[in-house]
Amino acid sequence: MAKREYSFYPGCSSQSKASSANYLKSTKTICEELDIQLNEIPDWNCCAASIGYAGGGELPRMTLSARNIALSQKHNAGQDIVATCAACWLATRETKERLEHDASILDGANQALGEIGIKVESDIPKTRHMVEVLIEDIGYEAIGSKVKRPLDGLKIAGYVGCQTNRPFGIDGESFENPRYLDKMVETLGATPVEKYDKKVSCCGGALMFSEPEKSQALVKDIIEAAYDGGADMIVTPCPVCQMNVEVYQGHINKTYGTKFNIPVVYYSTLMSVAFGRSAKEAALEGQMIRAKKLEDLAK
Amino acid sequence: MSNLNQTMLEKYRSNFLKEVEANVEEGEWVKMCMQCGVCSGSCPMGPHWAHPPQEIFMMIRAGKREEVLSSDSMWMCTSCYNCIARCPRGLPITHIMHGLATYAKRLGLVPQEQPTAKFAQRFWDNLSKTGRVNELKLGLSLYFMNGFGEGIKTALKMKDVGMGMVKTGRMNPMEILGGHSCKDKAGIQKMLKKAFEIEEGKIAENKMG
Amino acid sequence: MKIGAYVCKGCGIEERLDTVQLASVAKRDGKAAIAKEHEFLCNADGVAMIQNDIDNEGVNRVVIVGCSRRAKTEAFSFEGVAITRANIREGVIWVRPDTDEAQETTQEMADDYVRMGCAEAKHMKIPDASGEQSLNRHILVVGGGVAGMTAAIEAAKAGYKVDLVEKSGQLGGVLGQLYKRVPAKNGLQGPVDTNVEQLVHTVEALSDITVHLNTTVAKTEGAPGRFAVELATESGSTSEVTVGAIIQATGFTPYDINKLPELGGGKSPDVVDQLAFEALAKGAAGGAIKRPSDGKEVKNVVFIQCAGQRSDQKGHLPYCSGHCCTTSIKQAMYVKEAGGDATVLFDDLRTPGAVGEDFYRAGQERGVTFSKGKVSEVQANGSLKVNFTDLILGEETAAEADMVVLATGMVPNSGPDPYAQLELEQAKADGNTDRVATLEASLADAPASILNLDYRQGTDVPHLKHGFTDSHFICFPYETRRTGIYTAGPVRRPMDIGQATEDAVGAALKAIQACENAALGQAAHPRSGDLSFPKFRKEGCTQCKRCTVECPFGAINEDEQRYPQFNESRCRRCGTCMGACPVRVISFDNYSVDTVGQQLKAVDIPDEFSEKPRLLILACENDAYPALDMAGMTHQEISAFARIIPVRCLGSVNTIWVTDALNSGYDGVVLMGCQKGDNYQCHFVKGSEMAHYRMSKIDDTLSQLNLEKERVQTFEVSITDIQRIPKIINDMETLIGEIGMSPFKF
Repeated sequence: MAKREYSFYPGCSSQSKASSANYLKSTKTICEELDIQLNEIPDWNCCAASIGYAGGGELPRMTLSARNIALSQKHNAGQDIVATCAACWLATRETKERLEHDASILDGANQALGEIGIKVESDIPKTRHMVEVLIEDIGYEAIGSKVKRPLDGLKIAGYVGCQTNRPFGIDGESFENPRYLDKMVETLGATPVEKYDKKVSCCGGALMFSEPEKSQALVKDIIEAAYDGGADMIVTPCPVCQMNVEVYQGHINKTYGTKFNIPVVYYSTLMSVAFGRSAKEAALEGQMIRAKKLEDLAK
Repeated sequence: MSNLNQTMLEKYRSNFLKEVEANVEEGEWVKMCMQCGVCSGSCPMGPHWAHPPQEIFMMIRAGKREEVLSSDSMWMCTSCYNCIARCPRGLPITHIMHGLATYAKRLGLVPQEQPTAKFAQRFWDNLSKTGRVNELKLGLSLYFMNGFGEGIKTALKMKDVGMGMVKTGRMNPMEILGGHSCKDKAGIQKMLKKAFEIEEGKIAENKMG
Repeated sequence: MKIGAYVCKGCGIEERLDTVQLASVAKRDGKAAIAKEHEFLCNADGVAMIQNDIDNEGVNRVVIVGCSRRAKTEAFSFEGVAITRANIREGVIWVRPDTDEAQETTQEMADDYVRMGCAEAKHMKIPDASGEQSLNRHILVVGGGVAGMTAAIEAAKAGYKVDLVEKSGQLGGVLGQLYKRVPAKNGLQGPVDTNVEQLVHTVEALSDITVHLNTTVAKTEGAPGRFAVELATESGSTSEVTVGAIIQATGFTPYDINKLPELGGGKSPDVVDQLAFEALAKGAAGGAIKRPSDGKEVKNVVFIQCAGQRSDQKGHLPYCSGHCCTTSIKQAMYVKEAGGDATVLFDDLRTPGAVGEDFYRAGQERGVTFSKGKVSEVQANGSLKVNFTDLILGEETAAEADMVVLATGMVPNSGPDPYAQLELEQAKADGNTDRVATLEASLADAPASILNLDYRQGTDVPHLKHGFTDSHFICFPYETRRTGIYTAGPVRRPMDIGQATEDAVGAALKAIQACENAALGQAAHPRSGDLSFPKFRKEGCTQCKRCTVECPFGAINEDEQRYPQFNESRCRRCGTCMGACPVRVISFDNYSVDTVGQQLKAVDIPDEFSEKPRLLILACENDAYPALDMAGMTHQEISAFARIIPVRCLGSVNTIWVTDALNSGYDGVVLMGCQKGDNYQCHFVKGSEMAHYRMSKIDDTLSQLNLEKERVQTFEVSITDIQRIPKIINDMETLIGEIGMSPFKF
């Protein structure tokens, strides 16, 4: 298989010792396995995520992503931009659409970029989530063929969440019941939780910081539904989902008298383990709630 | 009352819808709402909105300017995009909510102590300083946004989360001293300054218009 | 007469039944001259065997012992002979369990169906057309609006001659009064030209269309294929045309806004209905619309939807007129176009049709304000103020307006209710002076007759609801209760221009079909192609008028001596007259008191102590019988004691059949017809209703016989009642088990 190359946009949370550093690590592991080369966009910047709206407004927000796009065009010409973070992907893709369809945004962004001597060229590259690369370019079958250590006996709730699912979503999937995480779980030899009814519910996103009680109530339902489906763990494609669902379980237990203690992992962690890689390469040490069953498998 | 607010109020005196169309991100879509209410029923924070999106749209048409712009409803948006996915009319509801919130902020009409408004501003300030988010500083600034005493309390409450993150290699206490940054920090600030200028220019144009 | 009975052994029949015995029953009890078995009767060889007997052995009554009469109709269609079916597949083996215990009663069931098939065959005749009229390719269209003009054009294009009658001095109707119309395609483009001039021009250019302006219909007599119509002009001159069929496209009148004073109707000249607003817009021709009171250019118009309609208030219209939301959106766009503001106050905004939703969007895009609000009052003191409850914001509020447009509903332009005329006649005969007074008053209020039909049952096409003419909305949408007369456009149901156009095309095709059917002497649906028609023995007739009054289609007139005149081509062959006739002098060649009566008498009735009751099921062939077939296909179990006879319509059931059945020792009788009443599903409109009425009086007969009244039951069923119908029959078996067997067994 020829090496596939992508222009990679890792995003703030994946930086060294940042909240999803483990996501980046396991992603790198699976890319090795699948012969994917990620070429980081040089000196990329924050996308402002969704919550950036109030401080930034429309044009400054779009300009941030426009800078990443322009840098990608300049340094990684001809390559699709790939992001692992749902918010990074969404913000960049949204910006791509507005740049393409709104001449005044394009003009404004280029004026601002002019200050640093770059500009958005025509033919903006496709902007994709890592999951799309795995499903569309690699395929379930090829992923399955790499499995050395099937995740037998594990039951996993595929929590898709919001921003990899809406408003763009993954091609061929429905907004209300996307199946790709379940298919991925199956491909790796584990059993997906069928009818996981909080699959696409919101975890509160950035409002976990500003409205913690309201957001934790949402997370409580997400975890409860996973337990109801008999899940051993939850898998997600989004750093915000991962963090919100994993790290507040202690608080939620305190508030609601629940006894939640369910690991929340990235698909890349699952894949790394199934591909036969070590616990370290799967970044299992990054789990605040240890994924013991995966650790046992990875021994 | 801010100057801009006074100016806009006078300019659009009788027509809040026109004001929204001209000044709010994706505001020209507001008139296309057909009042089915699917957005309100799809919002994860639905129970906490004083006025769900459907109602906000109707209030805009009914000219309830003050009530809309000083409402904390749009600040409840988690950006989950469920309303956008489900709106049968294809209204970019999430963006309109963001746009209304931004516009309210510009006019100085955000309710006092609106936590999401404050957090969103801190987030922006944090990222625009170096081009990348410093999660530790962001978290701390958030804890202390309601004063020092309150901050210590929150920080203690969050201690287990913080410790857990440090232990799992997902947070670095040393970030407090500087931390991640784009190399071209200065360039990013210049670029953003320009983008703000252009946006201000547009608003000024509308003010005259 | 020579009966040939043919027993099919295929489809598992041979495995379940003694077919040798079936053949011998046909010979012994059914008096069949020939009885043969065949492995696979509907294949070419089986069909050839039967045809050979017809050709060479003189068989002229064919009894097919096998599948249902609804199956294999093409294989079993032999010219020149009467054909009956003994349904032992769907009707017997598929509804009975394949067990040893059930074997005996299952065989008995099949034996009986063979006896019944032979008995029916014996009493059937082969129908032929009456030859009452020849082909008349000429159609009368009443009404010169969009529906009437379209119908005329379509008929003319199909090679028919058309007389188009219009009461006013010009063609165009409501379409001609509009400034613009909602487009037929691409709603986003907003209002478009009506192009009414082009339509009028097309009518005038077609040489096969004769237009009669300022003309009305003074008299209509005859039947499909031979309607004689007298046309009267305003000036008093008359002329006569003979046509094969008639299309009535008389349109609608807007509901009178003077009945809506709370909405300002009649209180200010600036409160108008939609048609009046069209006139103002047409006058302005794209410029600013000027209001009636003072000629001021209107800057702000409020449209109030559902004004006096979709309302249960007395005097209001209970229904939705369908077009009014889209019409208001269109008119609001006129206002926006001229630089004004327009607000549409609605409760439910309904924009049906392919363009509706896009047209609504076009209105929104152009800045029309839409508010979900319920109007409580329009105050008209100089300026107009509309008070309403905002249903989204939940508050009382108000809007100022230069003009208010009330979206009122469509009132159909139909003639007076013929049933009221009939009832008046009856009330007069009964000497019921109060009723006479009430009916005379209501008829005095009624509009003038449109068709002036010279029919026994009144001057015009009957109404279904709210003055709209009939529409069997699923099966026969253009049909009225007068064969050969079709209504199209808003006189039939509320509709918009696009729907009226489509309606007119449909009506034109139905009218053409009626002419062709009449020429061949065959029935229209649902008995399409049937050549039989009612025949009666005049010497036995008591001139009781039941048939002339009960015919759902007003087909039967009376001659000077008050004997019925049947008018074959008006007849739908339902047999309601046959069911009504107390002296049983009415029959069809292939369907008569005997064809059914002899079947039920042919059934073997075991004695009182056999524990084998007999249930007679008279099932309407339109819904109940197909549902029974489907029950068979899905293997629902049906009582082995049921003997099912299909009837053309429950209306054709003569009470003598029920009395005969009870006298012969049947333990229970079940009648199954279609839904009756306002939402009728009865394929013959009133047949099911008549049957229910007649059966409600059967209790007297039962008490005379000293029988429990539960033994005779009538049900409304639908074609989807595949589980319910077997249950009804099985419940009757259970009931007989409880109340005991009939003592009338011999």
